[in-house]
Amino acid sequence: MTAIQISNVEKSYRAFKALRGISLAVEEGEFFGLLGPNGAGKTTLISIVAGLIRADAGSVQIHGHDVVADFREARKKLGVVPQELVFDPFFTVRETLRLQSGYFGIRNNDKWIDEVMENLDLANKADVNMRALSGGMKRRVLVAQALVHKPPVIVLDEPTAGVDVELRQTLWKFISRLNREGHTVVLTTHYLEEAQAMCQRVAMLKLGRVVALDTMPALLRRVSGAQLIVRLKSGGLPEELRHLIAHDERNNGNQYSLRVNDYAEVEPILARLRQSGAVIDEMQLQQADLEDIFLQIMEGSAQ
Amino acid sequence: MSIGSVGFRTLFFKEMLRFWKVATQTIAAPILTALLYLLIFGHVLEGRVEVYPGVSYTAFLVPGLVMMSVLQNAFANSSSSLIQSKITGNLVFILLPPLSHWEILSAYVFASVVRGLCVGAGVFIATAWFAHLSFAAPLWIAVFALLGAAILGTLGILAGIWADKFDQLAAFQNFLIVPATFLAGVFYSIHSLPGFWQAVSHFNPFFYMIDGFRHGFFGQSDISPWTSLAIVSVFFAALAAIAINLLRRGYKLRH
Repeated sequence: MTAIQISNVEKSYRAFKALRGISLAVEEGEFFGLLGPNGAGKTTLISIVAGLIRADAGSVQIHGHDVVADFREARKKLGVVPQELVFDPFFTVRETLRLQSGYFGIRNNDKWIDEVMENLDLANKADVNMRALSGGMKRRVLVAQALVHKPPVIVLDEPTAGVDVELRQTLWKFISRLNREGHTVVLTTHYLEEAQAMCQRVAMLKLGRVVALDTMPALLRRVSGAQLIVRLKSGGLPEELRHLIAHDERNNGNQYSLRVNDYAEVEPILARLRQSGAVIDEMQLQQADLEDIFLQIMEGSAQ
Repeated sequence: MSIGSVGFRTLFFKEMLRFWKVATQTIAAPILTALLYLLIFGHVLEGRVEVYPGVSYTAFLVPGLVMMSVLQNAFANSSSSLIQSKITGNLVFILLPPLSHWEILSAYVFASVVRGLCVGAGVFIATAWFAHLSFAAPLWIAVFALLGAAILGTLGILAGIWADKFDQLAAFQNFLIVPATFLAGVFYSIHSLPGFWQAVSHFNPFFYMIDGFRHGFFGQSDISPWTSLAIVSVFFAALAAIAINLLRRGYKLRH
C-alpha cells in the first residue's frame, strides 16, 4: 500500500516557484529520505503533505485519503515533527502531550505518553514547564507530540538540526524501532551520513523538482568510483589532471580530491604527478558516499 | 464519543487553561479597571445625571461596565491566543490534528465566552455593592451576555487570523473595539446625544448588546430588546459565517 502519494504538486509564492510539479510515492513501511539544499522545496512539500500549506495544483494522499478533501482521515494517519522549535509556554510536558492526544480525539492516553517519554528520555521532565526546557529537550517534546496518536506515517523535518549526539542516538533508536514495527518514516536532513545510514530510498530535490529518486544502494552505485585525496609536499597538480578535481571541501591549499572510477586509474595519476616533479606528502582513497552523489547530482542537474 | 467532540473539548479546555493560568492578568486586572471606572464616574456624576427615571447614575453604569468587560475580555481571549500562537509558531499543534473548522471556531468562541462571563461576573460582584440594582428580566441579561461574548469571541478570531503582528492586533483593539464599546452607551443613554450622533449610534452593533443587556436589569432601554436581539443575532451569524469561511480557506493560516 502507498503511504504517501504525491501527484504533480506545484506551489508558488508570488513569482517564486517553490515546487514545480513534484510526483513521488512513499510505500508503507519505508524509511524514506527527502534531501536537497536549502530552498529546494523540502519543507514546502512536507507542509503540503501535512495540510499546513495548500498546493496550487496537484494532490497528496495519505493512505488513500486526500489531505484537503478528506483531511480528517489523512491527518489521523500522519505525525509531523516540524523543523521550527515551537512550543506553548503555558503548559508542562505532560499537559502538552495530553492536549495533543485530545486534539487527535484520544482520551486517557497516559500509558502511551509515558512510553513515548520513556523512549525519548523525557520521563524526568514530565512536569516541567516547556519554557524551562533546553533546546534539545524541546525537540524531544516535538517528536513526542508527533507520536501521541501512534500515526502510521511519521514525517520528520530536520529533526536533528542543532541537537547533541545523545539526542540523535536516542531519536534514531526510537524511530528505527517504530519503523521496524511498521511505521512509515519520511525524513529530511542536512546530515547526509544520517540519511545514508537510515533511509532505504531517497528523493533529491533541487529548485522545486525531483532530480533523483532511487533506493540507497542504487544511488550509491551511480557513483561507481572513489575519491583519491592527495596532499603534495611540493609541486602542483598538472593541468591535465585538473578535470578530475571533485568539488568538495576536501580541496584546500595543496590538497586535492580527485575522482577515480576504479583502482586502475590511480597508478597513472600517481605516475603523472611524479613526472611533473610533484612530491606526495599524504594520500588516501575514499569510497564515494551519499555526499559525493548528492554533490554530483546537484551540480549536474539542470537549473 | 466521536473524535470531533474530544478534539473540540480538548481545545476548549486548553483555551480556558491558558487564561486561567494567568488569571491575575486576564480576570483580576479587568475587574479592577471596571471598578475604577465606577468609582470615578460614579463619584463625579452621581446625583447630576439621571438617565432613566428612578435609576441612579451608578446603578445605570454597573450593567454597562459589566457588559463592556464581558465584550472586551471575550475579544481579548480569542484574539490574543491566536496571535500568540501564530507568532510563536505553536499554532501548528492545532493545524496538524484532524480538528474541523467548526471545532476550532466553537472551541475558541466558547472559551472567550467563559472568560468574558468570568470577568463580567467579577465586575458585577465588585460593583453591585455601590448601587441598588434590580433584575427586571434576568433572561435578557443572560441572552445578551452570552451573545455579546460570542460575538466578540468571533471578532477576536477574525482579528487574530487577520493580524500578522501584535501591533496590528492592538490597532484593531484600540481603534475599533474600544471606541465601539465606549460609544455604545456604557456611560450614557444615546437619547442624551444630539440627533446626528444618535443616528450614528444605531449603526454600532455594540449599542444593541449593551442596551439589551441593560434592559434585563431595569426593564427599560433605548430600544426594544427584541429589536436588539434580532440585530445582534444577525450580526453574530454574519461574523461566524465569515470566520468559518476564513478557517475553511485557511486564510493566513494555511497559506
